[in-house]
Amino acid sequence: MTEAKISKLGPQAAYEAYLAAGRFMIQKAASTGEYVFWPRVTTPTGATDLEWVEAKGTGTIYAITVNRARSGSWNVALVELDEGVRMMSTLPDVETAQIGTRVKARIEQTEDGSRVVFDLAGEEGA
Amino acid sequence: MNGKDMRGKSAIVGMGMAGVGEAPGFSAMELLGQAALKAVKDAGLKLQDIDGVFAATSSHAFPTLSVIEYLGLKPRFFEGTNVGGSSFEMHLLQATLALEAGLCDAALVCYGSNQRTAGGRLVSMSEPQWHETPYKPRHPITAYALAASRHMAEYGTKREDLADVALAARAWANLNPEAFARGPLTKDEVMSARMISDPLSKSDCCLVTDGAAACVLVRADRAKHLPGKPVYFMGASGAAHHRSIVAMPNLTTTAAADSGPRAFEAAGVTQKDIDVVMVYDAFTINTILFLEDLGFCPKGEGGRFVQDGRIAPGGELAVNTNGGGLSCVHPGMYGLFLIAEAVAQIRGQAGDRQIENCNIALCHGNGGTLSSQCTAILGSETVL
Repeated sequence: MTEAKISKLGPQAAYEAYLAAGRFMIQKAASTGEYVFWPRVTTPTGATDLEWVEAKGTGTIYAITVNRARSGSWNVALVELDEGVRMMSTLPDVETAQIGTRVKARIEQTEDGSRVVFDLAGEEGA
Repeated sequence: MNGKDMRGKSAIVGMGMAGVGEAPGFSAMELLGQAALKAVKDAGLKLQDIDGVFAATSSHAFPTLSVIEYLGLKPRFFEGTNVGGSSFEMHLLQATLALEAGLCDAALVCYGSNQRTAGGRLVSMSEPQWHETPYKPRHPITAYALAASRHMAEYGTKREDLADVALAARAWANLNPEAFARGPLTKDEVMSARMISDPLSKSDCCLVTDGAAACVLVRADRAKHLPGKPVYFMGASGAAHHRSIVAMPNLTTTAAADSGPRAFEAAGVTQKDIDVVMVYDAFTINTILFLEDLGFCPKGEGGRFVQDGRIAPGGELAVNTNGGGLSCVHPGMYGLFLIAEAVAQIRGQAGDRQIENCNIALCHGNGGTLSSQCTAILGSETVL
């Protein structure tokens, strides 16, 4: 989908379209500089001049759990992005990690579409 | 008019429960109907006297309308606020406002569920949150596990502390013949229970039961002339800051830190005046969070506060004296059962678990994923 087409979509559809195109984008208000996640039509202070910007993709684990089932286990984390907003995600390559650990985003393709997941930032020696 | 103006203006004059635990062969509405009939009878009123209806359930799109039809009511005022398990604490406030405004004269607050015998798992109409769905959180435990993980990291709360909450609940349940989960429970058993969402194991989760509850409120002047001992509305307040756990501003401080102080101010009482504390324990971490946020211990100290039986029978603070959602009853939306226990304690009808001279009880409802927080304070005539 072209940038022009995405710009006509609502915030959820635009976020998902960017992801499908391999881009992790979040919203930022031009007037106040506030970042917003998850995508919506206003910031908490009421700014509506939201623009899509590339997420830095770096963040810190704020909270984490491991869901356990007979079929296997998977972690669910809340990641605080360096832009100051929080998102739910997962670290697919580790069982779990400590709160406060630095992480780095990548886009993963799944049967249900694209999603942002995280790796331990140290792994790449970054 | 402010919150203080509602103090003592209404009273619960009838309370009923039905199907607590397991009620095979009954629908949610049939159980609700039984509880409502008991509450109306307890109030010394007739069904036709009810002209205000407040209902929430997890199995009806329009619970208030379903209740009206089922019971054959023609209310002048009706309300269907659904903020999950905290709905009913909010209904107490709304019913008091409606009564005081003359919009109705006898308010029925009611709930019913047959989730245990119908399916054996939590029934929820909660829709998936699109920004969470790709990560497969389990609703609702993942959210509570995330909060617990954060509380542990920030404050050093331990799984043993969570276990103390579960053990206290069971000890109270063992004094309550109506509680569903009774019998001995050891710390070893709790600590070795199957892990579901780290750090929460099966022992940290509330029960899945059937159950219905209902109460009837009237204006205070009328309450005096009815047969039962009135339990007065002293003050209530709600607070909500988020819907999904990702948007909760701070995972270790709930909106109860706002609803609690407002409710205390409206009621004109402080923490030390509360004889029984009823907090919505969907998971063990809830009890710790709410004791902190409602000011019964400092923020971060909840884990240490619940150690050594402090909230168990014979402890310093009587918390969840029915056995709670953890060991007494949890049909999906537990909030009205908090009120039922507060009423039983203030009326002096709590049997072996009766707290001596219980005059003031706090009911704190929680809804969603630590989302909606509603605090209601109830009292006997002597403290008005």
